[in-house]
Amino acid sequence: MANNTSQEGSPQLKPDTSEETPPPLPPRPENLTFLAGSGRPQSSAGSVKGTQRGSLRPSLLQSKATTALSLEGSGQYTHGETISGSSTPSRQPSLANIGYNYMRSASDVDDTASIRSAVPPSESGVGDVESLLGDVVTERDQTAFESVASVRQDPGLFEETLFGDAAELEKEFETELDEIDELKTDGSNQESVMKAWRSKLKHYLILSSAGKPIYSRHGDDHLITNYIGIIQTIISFYNSADDPLRSFTAGDARFAILSRGYLNLVAISRLHESFSELRAQLEALYMQILSTLTLPNMERMFSSRPSTDLRRPLQGTESLLSALADGFTRGSPSTLLSALECLKLRKAHRNAINNTLLKCRTPSLLYGLIVANGRLVSVVRPKKHSLHPGDLHLVFNMLFEAGGVKAGGGENWIPLCLPGFNNTGYLYMYVSFLSASRDGVEVEERRTADGKGEGEVAIIFISANKEGFFELRQMRNDLIEQMSKNGSLDHILESVSQGRSSCTDILPGTVLRHFLYKSRSNVQYCMSSYDPFFSTPFSRRRLLSIYGDLHAQLHSRPVRLKIHYTTSTSYVALAWSSPVFELYCVAPASTSRAALAQAATALVNWAKRSEERLFLIGGAVF
Amino acid sequence: MAARMQQGGRPGGSRFAQFKLVLLGESAVGKVSLVLRFVKDQFDDYRESTIGAAFLTQTIALDESTTVKFEIWDTAGQERYKSLAPMYYRNANCAVVVYDITQASSLDKAKAWVKELQRQANENIIIALAGNKLDLVSADPTKRAIPAEDAAQYAREAGLLFFETSAKTADNVRELFTAIARKLPLDQAGPRSIRSAGHRPGVDLRPESSGTQGASGCNC
Repeated sequence: MANNTSQEGSPQLKPDTSEETPPPLPPRPENLTFLAGSGRPQSSAGSVKGTQRGSLRPSLLQSKATTALSLEGSGQYTHGETISGSSTPSRQPSLANIGYNYMRSASDVDDTASIRSAVPPSESGVGDVESLLGDVVTERDQTAFESVASVRQDPGLFEETLFGDAAELEKEFETELDEIDELKTDGSNQESVMKAWRSKLKHYLILSSAGKPIYSRHGDDHLITNYIGIIQTIISFYNSADDPLRSFTAGDARFAILSRGYLNLVAISRLHESFSELRAQLEALYMQILSTLTLPNMERMFSSRPSTDLRRPLQGTESLLSALADGFTRGSPSTLLSALECLKLRKAHRNAINNTLLKCRTPSLLYGLIVANGRLVSVVRPKKHSLHPGDLHLVFNMLFEAGGVKAGGGENWIPLCLPGFNNTGYLYMYVSFLSASRDGVEVEERRTADGKGEGEVAIIFISANKEGFFELRQMRNDLIEQMSKNGSLDHILESVSQGRSSCTDILPGTVLRHFLYKSRSNVQYCMSSYDPFFSTPFSRRRLLSIYGDLHAQLHSRPVRLKIHYTTSTSYVALAWSSPVFELYCVAPASTSRAALAQAATALVNWAKRSEERLFLIGGAVF
Repeated sequence: MAARMQQGGRPGGSRFAQFKLVLLGESAVGKVSLVLRFVKDQFDDYRESTIGAAFLTQTIALDESTTVKFEIWDTAGQERYKSLAPMYYRNANCAVVVYDITQASSLDKAKAWVKELQRQANENIIIALAGNKLDLVSADPTKRAIPAEDAAQYAREAGLLFFETSAKTADNVRELFTAIARKLPLDQAGPRSIRSAGHRPGVDLRPESSGTQGASGCNC
């Protein structure tokens, strides 16, 4: 895969192209101070042994100690620095420059051939490449990845695809989330069960430091017990040397290990996820366990009895862990970006909802949220406290991914710990789902990747008062009455039914097929609809893997990158990071760099213009 | 969370009473399924564990003039929620303690809940014992782990209503809740004369001092 990067803040230094004369990049000195302050050191993920013994906590999900949804005090970046009209022209050439730079660095001799650097050297003739890829690259209506299949006959091109043999992988991916049969007591089906277990692309295992199994996404105890033993041996070997194992690679599988107190969490992936992604996922699973038990409770159990079987106190939450794990396996923009998605609403409509929330607020309320189908509509919160996106991700996972709460019907009162807020105690969460259609507003049933219908609006009130149920229930009734009266409910349902906009809805005629745009100060993101180009789960998975790569490129280097550009036979992709936003987007391989840069700039301008519609800024504060 | 008992002062002489009901029992015995069958007349073969507690309401008509509204707390069966249970049963007028007739240990757990309710809950609380998953036993009698007579015997001794139920086939679900409603002290809510129409003359709506009638609802 050919790619090229430019390093912000060091325009003169081009480590990748040391032998070439680097073309000049426009300097952007205004970012230097900010980036110097925020550049996060990353662990050497690829090494077998962790080298940063002191900093066990990876700076991923948690480290962005976010004041999520609250703007006060959190990094308020001036927008003047971003994509104001005046800076746009200078930015665009800078992207085009990179394209030029890329060509020079990849192949000084033949610029055009370098675009398809996957082609084996023997086929360096441009004409051959053209004929091989001709109809693929020009066929615009094809999805970005379908083209991969059409060039499969040439083994030389396999390396160029993201995952190697896609058809094989797609087949495996289709059954990835299926349950494995139980081992029969007579062991007659052992072979087939083991085969099914080994064919899984992803495994998550959680064990106690004493080596007791706590959770496994696939397979029951009998099946995993040997593996647990091996893992335990390996982990304790490194632990005894006081040099904890963090990650390693074996064949095409990546292993990431997260040790937290009495727990060891292990992720095994053949989906080409980066170690930092895998560790962020493990961190989220750990947060889920804390959310059930609280940290002091768990520590007490283990300190009084190191051989404690944690499965008992965690009983019933396996579905929550599995829902998280499956979300990661399918690909989760929210975990990748450590941010939340917000429902698009007009500013006036959102303000009306915020005000209604404030008006109905009762004394027991700590946080109030309105969430439509996993997307945030509004938040009411005390001035001093903000919400951690990791915590909200757990809540959203519980309500919208795991079926337990929703299927139970009625209203719910759920004790839970929000570890990002306070990992030592419980809060109580009131949840009520609204019926999908009210007052004649028909909510179109859209099917999401996993076949769940959209159109669920949840009212979530969080309180420290364990007896607060009826008080919050009254608040919910008041809120719904007010929101029906002032039309807010209709606005929410209308926006839900419209779903996400496609790239061409936003920018008519754009080359972009999909994008993720994260507003850093709001800790929120927005994205285009997966349809029509990424309508299958596997195509989404691959899209998210491209984003994962781009994200890792932006974040895993000592010097933070500003722009990262990737090209392959089937797509071109761009990651663009500024103090205000992060943008990730893909376009078909036939797109020129200039066109991609232009489209990205247009998109950033659109996001800037629509900021107050796309994002919840501050929310309702009391 | 105080129970409300509304006086049925409506012109037609109709009565309306509202009671708090709590469901208790080991995890995976089918508490949610029972409630969903009662409230929504739905059943789902595969269910994830309840998280926390769910609050539902259902109104049933005992006869033309009497309606009873249940406010139902459906609690999670897991051990870690045990300390929260008093919050739900403290003011309850009635309780359904559920066990799984194919799981011997679940009756022990149910007995522990009954004991706790009799010790800690409202003095006049009406308790019903429900042996759920009758459909499994109907399909395959060898699956039964708890003989109906044993449970009925225990229910008589402890003064409980007793039913074997199936949330899946709806067997005895409505009967269970109706029997509870009939046992609740409706007469406090309105004049006795209202029930003069003479339906079911044998049913006494006052709380029973003896539990021997508790087993009368047993259809097994």
